[in-house]
Amino acid sequence: MNWLALRMLTGDRSKYLSLILSITFATLLMSQQVSIFMGIVTRSASQILDVRDAELWVMDNKVRYIDEAPYLPSNSLQRVRGVPGVEWAVRYHKSNMTARLPDGNFRNVIVLGVDDATLVGSPRRMVVGELNSLRLPNAVFIDKAGYEYMWPGEPFQIGREFHLNDRRVFLAGICKASAPFTTLPVMYTRFSEVERFLPSNRNLMNYILAKPLVGSDALEVCRAIEEQSGLMALTRDGFFWRTISYFMRSTGIPINFGITIALGFIVGAAVAGQTFYLFTLENLKQFGALKAMGVTNIRLIGMILLQASVVSGMGYGLGMGMTALFFTFTNRIAPMAGIHLTTIAATGVGLAVLMIILLTSLFSLRKVLFLEPAVVFRG
Amino acid sequence: MNVLTSESKSHAPSAGEMAVYCRQIVKEFGAGDTKTLALRGVNLDVLSGQMTLLVGQSGCGKTTLISIIAGLLNATSGSLEVLGENIIAMTGSQLVRFRQKNIGFVFQQYNLLPTLTAVENAAVPLIIAGQSRREAFEAAKRILASVGLANRMHLLPNQLSGGQQQRVAIARALVHEPRLLVCDEPTAALDAHSGQTVMELLRRVALQADRAVIVVTHDNRVFNFGDRIIHMDDGVVTQVEIPDRVSQEANQMSHKPAASHH
Repeated sequence: MNWLALRMLTGDRSKYLSLILSITFATLLMSQQVSIFMGIVTRSASQILDVRDAELWVMDNKVRYIDEAPYLPSNSLQRVRGVPGVEWAVRYHKSNMTARLPDGNFRNVIVLGVDDATLVGSPRRMVVGELNSLRLPNAVFIDKAGYEYMWPGEPFQIGREFHLNDRRVFLAGICKASAPFTTLPVMYTRFSEVERFLPSNRNLMNYILAKPLVGSDALEVCRAIEEQSGLMALTRDGFFWRTISYFMRSTGIPINFGITIALGFIVGAAVAGQTFYLFTLENLKQFGALKAMGVTNIRLIGMILLQASVVSGMGYGLGMGMTALFFTFTNRIAPMAGIHLTTIAATGVGLAVLMIILLTSLFSLRKVLFLEPAVVFRG
Repeated sequence: MNVLTSESKSHAPSAGEMAVYCRQIVKEFGAGDTKTLALRGVNLDVLSGQMTLLVGQSGCGKTTLISIIAGLLNATSGSLEVLGENIIAMTGSQLVRFRQKNIGFVFQQYNLLPTLTAVENAAVPLIIAGQSRREAFEAAKRILASVGLANRMHLLPNQLSGGQQQRVAIARALVHEPRLLVCDEPTAALDAHSGQTVMELLRRVALQADRAVIVVTHDNRVFNFGDRIIHMDDGVVTQVEIPDRVSQEANQMSHKPAASHH
């Protein structure tokens, strides 16, 4: 009977293709939008994920997201270091500055200031140059996408000089960094260099990066830090989700993407549903004949579900393939760098396609199950 | 032409076992003010080894009657035995199995699956019955060859003429060797020549001692193919007619000298 179901489905090539294409484009639209949404939202907290060597983030207890953190008094660092369960704690700076190029052009950049001694928080992967170069006076690193943004079309070249907040710096390395939400270049430097760029500020440390002792519970250590310092301490994941939830609550991103994803679902369901329903209607006499010849309702349900599964499986596979291909090409474009088809997006869209096809099948099944086999005798 | 009333069926020529035995079959559709009486107490016998034609005006209840005989509709009241089984007492799943095994259908509009070739269409009842595809296709090829379509087996229905499509439908109806063949207006969509060919085929292929054929038809050009013609009007059988050909054959049989025994 499976053979019969598949021959009925694939025999009419044009309907078979339109069914597959409707699922393909619904999948493409939904998976692409979900992936872009996830990519953009993740970008809002990408600098948190990039710091892999410190597990705890300590900050002012009113901080809502990573880009909005006031500077902490310098004695906060000693207080955190003194909390039992903390193995080490270092300074970390994040702010926006202006970089002025020799040709007079200027760009706003994100500056991350890492601890001079340990370089905790510095980039993990270098494209050009080596990590220790960051210890040189006036040295800064820039992320690869930022380099292409500041010097478009030019080959990677370290040693370039420019000004950061009117202080002379030189490019000591090009590194990989996750794209930030604003797609500004990300520059790394030492904390002591930041003090040179922002001389008028008394405090420049807006985060303290810390690591709990081996074997201690990170959440317990966070609670201890909060009790003893009056600051807020979060795990990396905790701060990541705090930042993301701020963007989800305070921006129009989820609504806009949600609308597009919902439209993809509705259009996919409507087109696939209508085509599949028409396919069933056109074959109603044949289904009636099969019923008359002794095909049970259970077997008809099996046939229709098999047809639906084949269509959805092929449409989903093609749609996912097209999405993957799309991101393979767009990843070469700086503003889209780092946005991928994720497992979560693929799974979520898979479930949505399953829902589309179940809804679609339900309408068709209803028609076939209530079909009287005697209909075959009505001319 | 011999004409019998609906009450004198016991005088019908004896050809074989009783395939269908209907008594006082009533069928109502709808309820209350919209209630319609489609059959008003039909008595009908169909014998194996015969082709029984069911004729009458549109709306007289022919299609309802064969739907009930074929187990596709339930009668409101009355008794009905098909191939010795009381199908009115059967459950839904028993009826499905009964139809699958014992009944072949030929429809006015053929109802072939448009995406299947002739041989695949003819094999469908065997595949439904659970036979392997290879066995089903072998059987379908044999039956298609017997209906003169050996060189059309791999064509789709839309590549065949109406007559050829109906022959595929007949092959499909016969492939699982049912004991009762139910044909609804098998010549209605065909020209005169194709209609004659189809009826000849039904007589030749379908009529065997243990098989009964019921044909619903409006087409008086094919009346001569029937062994009995049942006339219906307004939900009842009004007349049972024995064509002259059958009466003459019966007379010839009765005047033949008995075979000598040694």
